[in-house]
Amino acid sequence: MSEPLVFELGRSGRLAGAQVPEAGRAVDLPPDMLRDSRPQLPEVSELDAVRHYTRLSQRNFSIDTQFYPLGSCTMKYNPRGCNTYAMLPGFLQRHPLAPEDVSQGFLACMYELQRMLCRVTGMTAFSLTPMAGAQGELSGVAMIRAYHLDRGDTERTEILVPDAAHGTNPATAVKCGFTVRELPTAADGDLDFEALRRLAGPRTAGIMLTNPSTLGLFERRIREVQEIIHGAGGLLYYDGANLNAILGKVLPGDMGFDVIHINLHKTFSTPHGGGGPGSGAVGVGERLAPFLPTPFVGIGPDGYRWVDAADHPKSIGRLSAFMGNAGVLLRAYIYMRMLGRRGMERVADHAVLNANYVMVRLAAAGFDLAYPERRACHEFVVTLKRQAREYGLTAINLAKALLDREFHAPTTYFPLLVPECLLIEPTETESKETLDRFVDAMAEILAEAQVDPERCRQAPVKMPVRRLDEVRAARKPDLRYRP
Amino acid sequence: MPFIPHTEADTDAMLDTIGVAGIDDLFEEIPGELRLGALEGIPGALTESEVGRLMRRRAARDEMALNFLGAGAYEHHIPAAVWELATRGEFYSAYTPYQAEASQGTLQVIYEYQTMMASLTGLDVSNASHYDGASALAEAVLMAVRCNRRSKSRRVLVPRALHPHYRAVLETITSTQGIDLVDLPYDPSGGQTDTGALGDHAGEDITAVVISQPNVFGVLEPVDEMTDWAADNGALAVGVVNPVALGLLKPPGEWGREGASIACGEGQPLGVPLSSGGPYFGFLTCRQALVRQLPGRLVGRTVDVDGKPGFTLTLQAREQHIRRSRATSNICTNQGLMVTAATIYMSLLGPEGLRRVAARCHARTAALAAGAQSVGGVSVAFASPRFHELALRLPAPAKEVLGRLRAQGILGGVDLGSWYPELGDAVLVCATETKTGQDIHRYVEALRGAIGGIGDGP
Repeated sequence: MSEPLVFELGRSGRLAGAQVPEAGRAVDLPPDMLRDSRPQLPEVSELDAVRHYTRLSQRNFSIDTQFYPLGSCTMKYNPRGCNTYAMLPGFLQRHPLAPEDVSQGFLACMYELQRMLCRVTGMTAFSLTPMAGAQGELSGVAMIRAYHLDRGDTERTEILVPDAAHGTNPATAVKCGFTVRELPTAADGDLDFEALRRLAGPRTAGIMLTNPSTLGLFERRIREVQEIIHGAGGLLYYDGANLNAILGKVLPGDMGFDVIHINLHKTFSTPHGGGGPGSGAVGVGERLAPFLPTPFVGIGPDGYRWVDAADHPKSIGRLSAFMGNAGVLLRAYIYMRMLGRRGMERVADHAVLNANYVMVRLAAAGFDLAYPERRACHEFVVTLKRQAREYGLTAINLAKALLDREFHAPTTYFPLLVPECLLIEPTETESKETLDRFVDAMAEILAEAQVDPERCRQAPVKMPVRRLDEVRAARKPDLRYRP
Repeated sequence: MPFIPHTEADTDAMLDTIGVAGIDDLFEEIPGELRLGALEGIPGALTESEVGRLMRRRAARDEMALNFLGAGAYEHHIPAAVWELATRGEFYSAYTPYQAEASQGTLQVIYEYQTMMASLTGLDVSNASHYDGASALAEAVLMAVRCNRRSKSRRVLVPRALHPHYRAVLETITSTQGIDLVDLPYDPSGGQTDTGALGDHAGEDITAVVISQPNVFGVLEPVDEMTDWAADNGALAVGVVNPVALGLLKPPGEWGREGASIACGEGQPLGVPLSSGGPYFGFLTCRQALVRQLPGRLVGRTVDVDGKPGFTLTLQAREQHIRRSRATSNICTNQGLMVTAATIYMSLLGPEGLRRVAARCHARTAALAAGAQSVGGVSVAFASPRFHELALRLPAPAKEVLGRLRAQGILGGVDLGSWYPELGDAVLVCATETKTGQDIHRYVEALRGAIGGIGDGP
């Protein structure tokens, strides 16, 4: 059954009466400033709307309903307590421009969050303002640019980015005015050091790295990367997308990184919301501290206070109208307080345990690992190159067959350098029983594909829709309803 | 341990399967000299009950009785159903709908949202959202520069009466792209952008003109004239609008003879709480012809293999995960949950409800203006028509007056002099539909008392 569009449920003149003020007197504005056309908004009762959106919610997979091993996204349990306490009236009703003397409760949380993030990364200062990972990257790379320019070093026009990197890395470097030099990956999954030495030089502004990489592998020669890049006069940017794997085990600051963003919606478990909001809090060492985006929270004689552009003249500036995704930051803060020091150390332990367990079991079930010689971190890559060639079990076919078995699919076709790949990240909040059921489902699909290849090509058959015509969607874009 | 389900027996069995003796062995690829002994400076764990007590105390500390602040974040009534529904786990804990068949709920919500926003702004297409209004404006300006191929200057006219934080974000995000932001002054008596100053740029190569409706002072801009000027001078008009105001005001797509090409703004007034400035969402809409330069996610309606209608992410060749360094933007995650809330909000309000909310806000602010002017020495700074905010000139130091109001539990306005020193002692005040006649009376009397009291000393 399709769910009609909300517009199709409406009837002209119907109103959710409890939600709207009485019609007032005529508006005293010049008529040429007023709207004559009626916006295309639904005219439904409150019950119509509640049923419609409840039914739509039921047409989603989510962490609360399914195992969601989406690699590189860290889909761990989002504790309900974090939501409840971030939504207390005092927090929800606080206006972003409320003065500091009536904001000490909120500011205390933000200040302590900044300090805790420094502690788990080995950085000296944090700004919480970036509103997503990509904006954290943008602010980090902009700081690298500002640093070189501040020293009068105008020749550094290139950023090095590994070919396995998330697409936001090269897109961000370009948005900050740099040229991207792509670094190949060596056969063992580490960086190609020959290429790194060749590409690093007087034009290098910096390198953007995720460690562990998007292949789920720890870059073992990270100190050498630091020597090469710092030796060439560049800086090291840490993409914190995979921080969950090393939380409490290694500090990015100790690895030699100068700047880092953390996806709080991954490691610190704020909800992904069907595609945001996220938070890409950005941290720096001493060298980049003067360039940190504003505002951030400082401490003064009268308590906590905002540090703004006026106090921080070399800042790269402001990234949001106010101070970023405050509600997300509160959830991350509450989560960190509930974990505490020991809890944080256990996160990486169990994320890595779960990933290695699933990896070993899948290998035993007949799946090919992209890097069988390596230890997985919090995620790992399976390649279906052989199965795709022999009996048409491609990554997309396997993904769709998993949906029919009530599992969300892993990330598919990323990283781009591994053919027919699945990037699998179980996270630490999943139990052994769930992981076993997942491995069993994967094995079942593999066995089925060998005897009846057509069946997985037809999947999914149990979802609200079957495979969609994406070519038609792109060729004849239907991006809004027209009655 | 919080949120980790492993029993000791589970862990042992798993380690056994992997073939290692202990969890520590799984970290053997990390060079020993980098390994951390223990995390320092992180406090011990709190239970949910303990953290609840801490957060309740801190939240209560910041509660204020009466809020008259606006300046880009507005207090509106939010129907209870909005967040009851948006925080359902199926919306709240899902991710970007990459697996379309398992994400039809989120995808349909976004398609409905795109329809509502395109129509509300009077344009053809909406994307699935941006981070907030200010970052949406930065993306809109970058988009305008890509779209206006005839212009070579990359020069963009920006009203001084645009919210200064929006201006600052625009600066941060466009500064590396060789874009030249040129100020357009405002008329000191009316508060609207000085169209005479616009005339001074006639004949120049201007890429785009930003038009804020209303502007930061709450004043309504001469949008028709500004849009026509842009069209006559080969520039693209980019509207920055308040979505609630659009329940009442002419939408950007209908400005002037041809309408604006791109519209954007802050979505927060549509069902998103103030919550210290975020998460909010930015909206971005445009003419059909510009859709391939539109950044961010887009949802399209199509059919499945059986011909049944369904929804999917589309036109992804614009995006970073496909196009990498050649993408229209680096944006990946947007503000999906806020969009869900806004879609539910707009469904509950409908066209008539939104119009009434907008009209009520306007009426409340008019009442506030009348009341405030009854206070000796207080005047309305700008004479032009306005939406739901106004600038008041005060006969006493603004900071001090605001402090005295705060002592009575009233957030009395934003100190405008800190943004526009030429305005001296002035405050920006907002009254939405949430304010009753009694609230406004209380504000006016408190203002009278505060100003009177300053003469008498503390």
